Amino acid sequence: MPVIEMREALNQALKEEMTRDEKVFILGEEVAEYNGAYKVTKGLLDHFGPKRVIDTPISESGFTGLAVGAAMMGLRPVVEFMSFNFSLVAIDQIISNAAKMYYMSGGLYNIPMVMRGPNGAGPRVSSQHSHNMESVFAHFPGLHVMAPSTPRDAKGMLKAAIRCNDPVVFLENELAYNLKEEVPEGDFIIPIGKGDIKREGTDVTIIAWSRMMSLAKTAAEELAKDGINVELLDPRTLKPLDMDLIAQSVKKTNRVVVVEEGHFFSSLGAQVAESVYTNLFDYLDSPIARVYQSENPMPYAANLEAATLPSVDKIIKAVRQVTYKA
Amino acid sequence: MASVKKEMQSLSKEKMVEILEKMLTIRYFEEASIKAYQQKKIAGFLHTYIGQEAVGVGTLSHKLPQDSVVTTYRCHGLALTLGLDPKSGMAELFGKVTGCARGKGGSMHFFSKPHNFLGGHGIVGGQFGIGIGAAFKSNYDEDNAVSFIFFGDGATVQGTLHETMNLAALWDLPAIFICEDNQYGMGTANARAIANTDIASKAEAYGMKGHTLNGMDLNEVHSRMGEIVKEVRATRRPVLIHMKTYRYTGHSVSDAGLYRSKEEVDSYKLKDPTLAVAREMIENKMITEDELKALQKRIKATIQEAVDFAEESPEPPLEELTQHVFMDDVGNA
Repeated sequence: MPVIEMREALNQALKEEMTRDEKVFILGEEVAEYNGAYKVTKGLLDHFGPKRVIDTPISESGFTGLAVGAAMMGLRPVVEFMSFNFSLVAIDQIISNAAKMYYMSGGLYNIPMVMRGPNGAGPRVSSQHSHNMESVFAHFPGLHVMAPSTPRDAKGMLKAAIRCNDPVVFLENELAYNLKEEVPEGDFIIPIGKGDIKREGTDVTIIAWSRMMSLAKTAAEELAKDGINVELLDPRTLKPLDMDLIAQSVKKTNRVVVVEEGHFFSSLGAQVAESVYTNLFDYLDSPIARVYQSENPMPYAANLEAATLPSVDKIIKAVRQVTYKA
Repeated sequence: MASVKKEMQSLSKEKMVEILEKMLTIRYFEEASIKAYQQKKIAGFLHTYIGQEAVGVGTLSHKLPQDSVVTTYRCHGLALTLGLDPKSGMAELFGKVTGCARGKGGSMHFFSKPHNFLGGHGIVGGQFGIGIGAAFKSNYDEDNAVSFIFFGDGATVQGTLHETMNLAALWDLPAIFICEDNQYGMGTANARAIANTDIASKAEAYGMKGHTLNGMDLNEVHSRMGEIVKEVRATRRPVLIHMKTYRYTGHSVSDAGLYRSKEEVDSYKLKDPTLAVAREMIENKMITEDELKALQKRIKATIQEAVDFAEESPEPPLEELTQHVFMDDVGNA
């Protein structure tokens, strides 16, 4: 099985789905002639031509709205946000139109549409280019939210997202595009709503997604040296959450750490913790610990940036806290 | 005016009766909806199309089945023009499961799939993208459809209009942007909100054609839109239409109308497009007084049937609450 980068895995998913279904097209800033700001769409223009790989002007609201209309008329758009920070410019189209359309039309108009691109902090890009958007999109009924942590998952999940008949917010990460892994060639699907155990363990479950899973893996390896056996659970789809898998794991380890890149308040991590408390309280041997970004906009200075984001050390500290092994 | 008279005479009697029937259907539907609102059978917002009938009916006479239409929350008139059953519309207003959106959309969100009616939309300027998306699909599939995008004067100062006119012009999308200028964005007169109230002139900035039409005159709307729709269908170039019109009723039923005078409202009632069409048809011997009365009676009966139907229809069963959030069942939800 070939070892490829995350960006190549995503590229394969796009290429395979566009080959499978001619209603699928991709549009966004710099996706065609520039080959994608992060090279996820590399080669697609040459392969499919300008009809289906479309460079847009810097009009997020305009082209996202266009995708909603095209989806209502039967096409299957994939919108690339060069960064999910820019999705805020289009948020009325995403929330009021894409998410609500099927319901408020009484089931007449579904929106088979994927919105994808890098989410979260890039390196040293300061306050306006570092938003973690998962809790915002997950709040509104009508959107699925997915966030792969590995190249293999990225490919199978994006293919599922494109085949979905409802709108999917697909959150990638700039710092994860060069992650490498063996990825099967050809068609395979990782269904929406299915999480994955990335490492089996017995002492504590770390629930983490996207780039935070990489930090959690490193933390788990460190903790193993001290005899703490960590289970890593990646929900992969953030909404709907795979509560069956979470329950299985928590019933085994009885301790939970939730790691997210986003802020503390009203966050997806808070929701995960709430779901565990409500459904699995009797299985917990200690309060849940959360690792998150501190409650301030992202600073530019290297030391402050490092201090505000989750880190391997912070995860290790949280695991020691819930396992009472300081 | 000469060309306008000519237009009416060039249309067949049958076509004119059909147009008048649509205009009266809208008028009576909206009057019935206001009455039902006052009786508390309808709640929430209710924005009626009264006074603007000539715009919708005159324009959509040129819609082909493959064309699409999207509009604002003032959406009942266009849906009825396209052929939405008044029963289905009234039931939606009553919040009944027999409504066109199963009672989930309400007054602002009428939809009709057979007519490619892509909805009434509640956010000012939120529907432009949907409209150019439908036009994009037409080019993608290489058919000859056009997309009718209706909006109010208030939306001309939203960024979405300018983004989507740029995209439509850039990509040769067959989008017909139709500004229904009823002179007020809610209670704010245009001069207090729009730096350049010559709406059609904004087209030039995007290399599009812009036209200003008297939206109170069915004949003018019908004849000019016929030419314009034909041109867009052939050239695939978007166009911006400024329809000058007026609504006699408030922005919504809760509007006390303190921002304009009774004299102003009355002056427009004298120019009522629906009455004007009926009057001219009688003058041109396309309909007799008796035939007109019979037609009015028949449409009033149809609307009453719609009200009765809405009243008697069941509310959505409670299991509808969580249906239609998603089309696909992915589990875990």
